[in-house]
Amino acid sequence: MNALARRLKQGECEGLAMRLGGEAVVCDPAGVLHLVEANTLVVSDLHLEKGAAFARRGMFLPPYDTAATLSLLASTLDRYRPSRVICLGDSFHDRDGAALMPAPERERLATLMKGRDWIWITGNHDPLPPRGLGGETLTEISVGALSFRHEPSAGPRRGEVAGHLHPVARLAGRGSRRACFATDGERMILPSFGVTTGGLNVLDRAFHGMFDLTRAMACMIGHKGIYPIGFRALA
Amino acid sequence: MAIGWFLPYLPAMTARPALSADDNAPILLPEPFLKWFAGHGWAPRLHQLELLRRAEAGASVLLIAPTGAGKTLAGFLPALVDLSRRRRRKPGERARGVHTLYVSPLKALATDIQRNLERPVTEIGLSVSLESRTGDTSQVRRQRQKLKPPDILLTTPEQLALLIASKDAETFFSDLRYVVFDELHSLVTSKRGHLLALGLARLRKLRPELQTIGLSATVSEPAELCRWLVAQSPGAAPQADLITVAGGAKPEITILESEERVPWQGHSARYALPEIYAAIKAHKTTLLFVNTRSQAEFLFQELWRINEDTLSIALHHGSLDVGQRRKVEAAMAKNELRAVVATSTLDLGIDWGDVDLVVHVGAPKGASRLAQRIGRANHRMDEPSKAILVPANRFEVMECRAALDANYLGAQDTPPLRDGALDVLAQHMLGMAVAGPFRSDDLYVEVISAAPYAALSREAFDRIVEFVATGGYALKVYERYAKIRLTEDGTWRLTHPRFAQQYRMNAGTIIEAPMLEIRLIRRRTRSAIARGGRPLGKIEEAFLETLAPGDTFLFAGEVLKFEGIFETSCLVTKAASEEPKVPYYGGSKFPLTTYLAKEVRAMLADPARWSALPDQVSEWLAIQARKSLIPGPDDLLVETFPNGRLSHMVLYPFEGRLAHQTLGMLLTRRLERARAMPLGFVATDYAISIWGRRDMGAMIADGSLSLDALFDEDMLGDDLEDWMADSWLLKRTFRQCAVISGLIERRHPGQEKTGRQVTVSTDLVYDVLRAHEPDHILLQATWADAATGLLDVTRVSDLLARIKHHIVHKDLDQISPLAVPVMLEIGRESVVGEARDEALREASQEAMIALAMGEIRDDGARDAGS
Repeated sequence: MNALARRLKQGECEGLAMRLGGEAVVCDPAGVLHLVEANTLVVSDLHLEKGAAFARRGMFLPPYDTAATLSLLASTLDRYRPSRVICLGDSFHDRDGAALMPAPERERLATLMKGRDWIWITGNHDPLPPRGLGGETLTEISVGALSFRHEPSAGPRRGEVAGHLHPVARLAGRGSRRACFATDGERMILPSFGVTTGGLNVLDRAFHGMFDLTRAMACMIGHKGIYPIGFRALA
Repeated sequence: MAIGWFLPYLPAMTARPALSADDNAPILLPEPFLKWFAGHGWAPRLHQLELLRRAEAGASVLLIAPTGAGKTLAGFLPALVDLSRRRRRKPGERARGVHTLYVSPLKALATDIQRNLERPVTEIGLSVSLESRTGDTSQVRRQRQKLKPPDILLTTPEQLALLIASKDAETFFSDLRYVVFDELHSLVTSKRGHLLALGLARLRKLRPELQTIGLSATVSEPAELCRWLVAQSPGAAPQADLITVAGGAKPEITILESEERVPWQGHSARYALPEIYAAIKAHKTTLLFVNTRSQAEFLFQELWRINEDTLSIALHHGSLDVGQRRKVEAAMAKNELRAVVATSTLDLGIDWGDVDLVVHVGAPKGASRLAQRIGRANHRMDEPSKAILVPANRFEVMECRAALDANYLGAQDTPPLRDGALDVLAQHMLGMAVAGPFRSDDLYVEVISAAPYAALSREAFDRIVEFVATGGYALKVYERYAKIRLTEDGTWRLTHPRFAQQYRMNAGTIIEAPMLEIRLIRRRTRSAIARGGRPLGKIEEAFLETLAPGDTFLFAGEVLKFEGIFETSCLVTKAASEEPKVPYYGGSKFPLTTYLAKEVRAMLADPARWSALPDQVSEWLAIQARKSLIPGPDDLLVETFPNGRLSHMVLYPFEGRLAHQTLGMLLTRRLERARAMPLGFVATDYAISIWGRRDMGAMIADGSLSLDALFDEDMLGDDLEDWMADSWLLKRTFRQCAVISGLIERRHPGQEKTGRQVTVSTDLVYDVLRAHEPDHILLQATWADAATGLLDVTRVSDLLARIKHHIVHKDLDQISPLAVPVMLEIGRESVVGEARDEALREASQEAMIALAMGEIRDDGARDAGS
């Protein structure tokens, strides 16, 4: 099955409910986090207009990534109908992404944003507010006991939800890499949502010291649901 | 003394037809050359003089000669003679451009030849400058070469691509007279060959009167190489002249006869170790060839285990650290080694010491490969080479026998040349824009003058222009970012000089499978991981992905324990045990060639020939004839029988593992649709076994399963398309095409992408592209590659055509003798591709229970995360 078709299918599966920093959340197989009480959807690392960003540097990646990512996002928003959406940074692949976005995609995004509180958290790829798109741009926001920012802080940090690292995990000895929610119940790092984003293994040095390793889990996104796997079963 | 190409002119050889053979032929060699030959007591060979004569007459020439025939000197003779007649440059005259360009597939070969050529140049007293230019040549030296070009430049295809993509190419090559291609047979079959052919077309445009000289080992279709060497034009297929030197003495080849039983399956040839060791002892220097790196590791380790006389036996394969390889090569040249276990890294013509025996372990897979490897022993043409074949299993016995017959017959089965790849054309086109503005009409004519591209349509060419300019997407959103743009004067021009720099950083066609460096640490501690440890060599990432920390495997002759992958290194420690846990993977990466497959089928079909096989093997076939049947040479035998609670279908196409893998996938899909409930399959070089829940024999008998329909050729249409859509093989192929065509850069100014990083993004790019623009030119290029490469679709298609109306079915009560080898393979295969969710679910349950029971120790968990 094509990875894109698989992503759409995964979105139809049951999410994994858990408590994070004391709040009730659902890790959705589409790769988003739902805050139950606040009816808020959190999505990280959309990397919209990545193809165009590369094209600007002379690598003509297919210009279809934005449309595909937005389709996935649209179907997720349809299911949850959240009153608020938090985009956890790196929503656009480069600074020019929003301003130079072609009209059809721009209109599509505007439709998705309509009638909702839309928060753009700034990321290293998009440190400035996306031009001409509305919504509110912040570097950090708190909802209940949780705080949301793009780059995870070093060391343990209760209640922090971040993106940036694109966590993926692989079972030791079997199978391929899967995107995952990395969490120890205290903090969480969300998988990247954009269709042409790569991943970084949760065992990589970049994740060192962030989690309580006795409880750290990779909630791996499988074909039919989300599977929490302890770090020590990973490779 | 190292054996150079001058050794063959020993006085003992004057008996051969030499200078005096044809008294009417004018002596073309200038006096100093004749003196030099005579001074050493040598005489020029007939083919050397013949090549010189034809070149002087203005022809391009292909010389086909076995190793040791003085090929290299022959190739350079026209250039050296021409240079010797050249008048001195007057003071103040402009510096001359390169006179002769020599292109070889290996950097090492270019350097080797330079060394060997310097001696005669000095001794003859020629004032000729020789320099090499490879990836290792310093920037300073390259600059100097541009300002003051040497007379003879020795280089590689990649360097040629860079040279012609420069603004001063015209001056640099303004005096070019000859281009010499060494080991042409190995250059032309790959994408490097395509790039080289395009480079040659450009050289011809710069210097229309240049002549080419190709040097090659024996090939099945010399005409193809002859066309490759000269400019092609629509409706005509001109060829270079051909000079063929017959092989020397017949090699003495035997198949190892062992006291032990020949195994049913496997590739280790462990049973024959005592005999192999005895052969090493009985000879001065032995080269042992195997087909894969892991087989080399295994054989090396096993030989040392029984090496009671501590003979100096060394290991040499492409994954080892360069320093270690050089050490082995140096020791070999000094005749310090009794044996070297090697893989195909040694296939090409680097000279070795006095090898008096070649042992080939495992089936040689292709008759040409066998001939070349045996040519390695004894570089003197007149003494017979000595070789022993060691089949590792029963089918290989037949294959060895067939190869042996083929070698005596002089049969050749080098792969046919395929049409020029489009991704290579895209890369070349950007290079040509870097060299200067071009008109598409002109460039098209130039491109189709290169033999691999002679059949390229104008439409495909124009799509490549679009691809280079803006990515070639139907959705034209990248116009403003174009790399090349059509200007008012009708030429395509580079839009920014930074694209020239990008091109220079990414030129070339060798895309290595992602390899990780193996580093040996003493203990798994945080500081050891940070430091990294001593590098042992490189290993395929795909292999490492099948390992879990703690697994042991063989590398560089040692049993190593896998500790984990840290960034781009694989860390290992020395394992305590002597037995590696993870068996070296797979049999052979080379599929059985079409020719050899045909020979094996013919031998199987003809009981009269079985007497040439060892008794165990001929008995095995005789029992097969009694219990089932022996298929005719063009038949496909399909056997069905129960095994446990499952029904098996075994077929014997003898088309090589790649084609079988593809066929197995397709048949499984069809059987599923026919409700035969297939569960899995396994493929070897010789046979395929598919198993399922329903009795396939009964289904065929009652007509609910039709074999004709099952093997109908239309399976190569939709079924193949469906299956390929998500095949990792195709994604890997796409990655190569994406990198070669310049869609994805290997290196970007200021940052270097590793193989690992490239893998991640191209898979996703592939999915996006396939979903939105399935007929994109790059997907077409990928498809064309896959059809001939990893999936061997071409061969499956030939097979289906061959067996139409030749399928013989035999329903049996139990497994047949012929089926034993493939049945033993079942369960040995590791799961390829994606793990099922079951594995994840299981592990998550295990992890959950472990967590609940408090089994996770603090240190263990920290280890996993560190």
